[in-house]
Amino acid sequence: MATEAEIYADLTTIFNDVFLRDDMVLTPALNAKDVQGWDSFKQIEIIMASEEKWKLRFTTRELDTLKCVGDLVATIAAKTA
Amino acid sequence: MTDLHWLPEIPDWRARLRGLAKKTDGIWDEAVALANGRVNFVLTNALDEQLRRLISTPPDGLAAKPVRLAILGSSTLTHLLPAIRVAGVRRGIWIDTYENDFGQYIQELSEPDSALHAFKPTMALLALDAHDLTAGVTAAMDNDTAAAALDEVCDRIRATWRLARETLRCPILQQAALPVHLPVLGNNEHRAAGSRATFVERLNTRLRGMAEEEGVDLLAIDDRAARDGLRVWHDPGLWHRAKQEVAHGAAPMYGDLVGRWIAAKLGRSFKCLVLDLDNTVWGGVIGDDGMEGIELGQGSPLGEAYAAFQNYTRELSRRGVILAVCSKNDEANAIEPFEKHPDMVLRRSDISSFVANWSDKAGNIRAIAQELNIGLDSLVFIDDNPFERNLVRQELPMVAVPEVSDDPTAYPIALSDAGYFEGLSITDEDRERTGQYQGNKARDALKASVTDLPAYLRGLEMQLVWKPFDRVGLQRIVQLINKSNQFNLTTRRYTDEDAIAVMADPDAFGLQLRLLDRFGDNGVIAIAVGRIQANKDLLIDTWLMSCRVLGRQVEPTTLNLIAQQARKLGARRLIGVYIPTKKNGMVREHYVKLGFSVVETDPSGGSRAVLDLADFQPAETFIHVTEG
Repeated sequence: MATEAEIYADLTTIFNDVFLRDDMVLTPALNAKDVQGWDSFKQIEIIMASEEKWKLRFTTRELDTLKCVGDLVATIAAKTA
Repeated sequence: MTDLHWLPEIPDWRARLRGLAKKTDGIWDEAVALANGRVNFVLTNALDEQLRRLISTPPDGLAAKPVRLAILGSSTLTHLLPAIRVAGVRRGIWIDTYENDFGQYIQELSEPDSALHAFKPTMALLALDAHDLTAGVTAAMDNDTAAAALDEVCDRIRATWRLARETLRCPILQQAALPVHLPVLGNNEHRAAGSRATFVERLNTRLRGMAEEEGVDLLAIDDRAARDGLRVWHDPGLWHRAKQEVAHGAAPMYGDLVGRWIAAKLGRSFKCLVLDLDNTVWGGVIGDDGMEGIELGQGSPLGEAYAAFQNYTRELSRRGVILAVCSKNDEANAIEPFEKHPDMVLRRSDISSFVANWSDKAGNIRAIAQELNIGLDSLVFIDDNPFERNLVRQELPMVAVPEVSDDPTAYPIALSDAGYFEGLSITDEDRERTGQYQGNKARDALKASVTDLPAYLRGLEMQLVWKPFDRVGLQRIVQLINKSNQFNLTTRRYTDEDAIAVMADPDAFGLQLRLLDRFGDNGVIAIAVGRIQANKDLLIDTWLMSCRVLGRQVEPTTLNLIAQQARKLGARRLIGVYIPTKKNGMVREHYVKLGFSVVETDPSGGSRAVLDLADFQPAETFIHVTEG
């Protein structure tokens, strides 16, 4: 089971890879409007990379409710619990 | 599994990607190196994006002509483009891509002033999705109606090919339909002519025939999905969300399949497979285990797995891949199984270049390329030993070196999945190729190697852990003493009791040496036994080593340890004895190389050599020594 802190750490790596940066700071409220280049393609990349990382599959409903990083972390934490 | 599992993990991949932006030259070469690491789709996209930011046009001096690939389809393909471009980089090929506006490929093909024509593609990929291809097909159709629907789709595809050929005048790659549809009947789905699953299967069969007639090549993602599992190739949720038929996870593999085709079209597929022998082509070490001792063929699962690997390589050779051997062995030992072992599938005549000696493999691979008169960038080298693999990768980055485990069942899969030898057809010339290379064989003496071995050894972070003989290590000690034939100075055999006697003897020491490096633990790889004589000479009763670690400075490091132990026993000199056998010719000069003076030789070729401990300075090596 992954703790929230671990999830944030691994997600930061994913975000850095996806946005080709090394300075991403993830906060629960962070969302697509805050990050340059976070379009629907990048959104799918983040989702697919998370599925690969935590070996899980998000349901269609779960994906529809993701509005910010906090939602994503909570969903991952619930699914890996 | 859609992993590019044959590519090695590069530990500092991310740091090197960031470093790319700070480079002023060598950007392309570094990108090629990174593309040859094991990357998932996120890292593939990151590499593509970074590289395109730094270089927007093909760099000068590339061996292959840049490619302009148009990707035409009816669903979203954008997420596959970076993987296609990176698959080009992996092969040293610059690829620019174009994707049509959503669903507009026929219009764009038909209109001469479309963006597609402005792009001036030199190759085209027609990637039609299975939903589009089965539009209107339903299980309610009877046989005739379904057959008519299939004809109609095939005619439409054929017309598209002709239109593309006429207007673009370039080679065409047709993607097979991905079998994403679920069965409605079950095991006997084929009886439901209007089932979409059946329709796709029949379409894929028809496509292959049509492609032959029209001179079009096929991208067999149907076959690939069957091997990897459809689940990793297609995600229904992603289809509904973004009309992406191929899942992101499969994008690197998809891109690589396209990259192989492009390479084959440009004549840049790999041509030659270079085989290591011991523990690659057979199990065990021929020089130590002998013809009877190696594992090969019927009788053991491992032996059968090695034979199966040989069989696959022979099949490759029969369709035109050149086979070569690069082995650390005495040549006579290495050749013997090819000529005499009843279970060998490969024979000497299957091998176009046969190099077996004790030089470093990078140098030997250069010699093989020279002998066969082909470029180093057309060689694939397969070896179970990570040390050799990484040496060759470092020294000869243009040589492909698949990452494999020590399990021979994985070797054919690695070669096949990597698609090194992608071919578009088999010609009579292909079938005869081995014969041709055999015909003009003229082995030159190997050129002096220019391999930078010290730099490589330094980077290995080698650690030699030594211990006196002990009960825990007894089994391995005795096994090594009794099976080492090549690097063995005296070939004295020990029983368990003999080894236990050494532990108890205050006038003797027995050393077991374990070698670790950044690729892992090589296990106990060397043994030395010394005994002090009445005259304060220390006689080296036994010194042996696994040939696997030859050329890694283990020999001088072992001598440092022997000297240290000898001094503890009050010795003034070391006495090294060489007793020749049929198999240990490689250590004839062992003591001389280490600075001993020969004081005695006998007619059989044996010798006795002396080293004065008063003058002895321990050799400096790249090996860090610790007591275990």
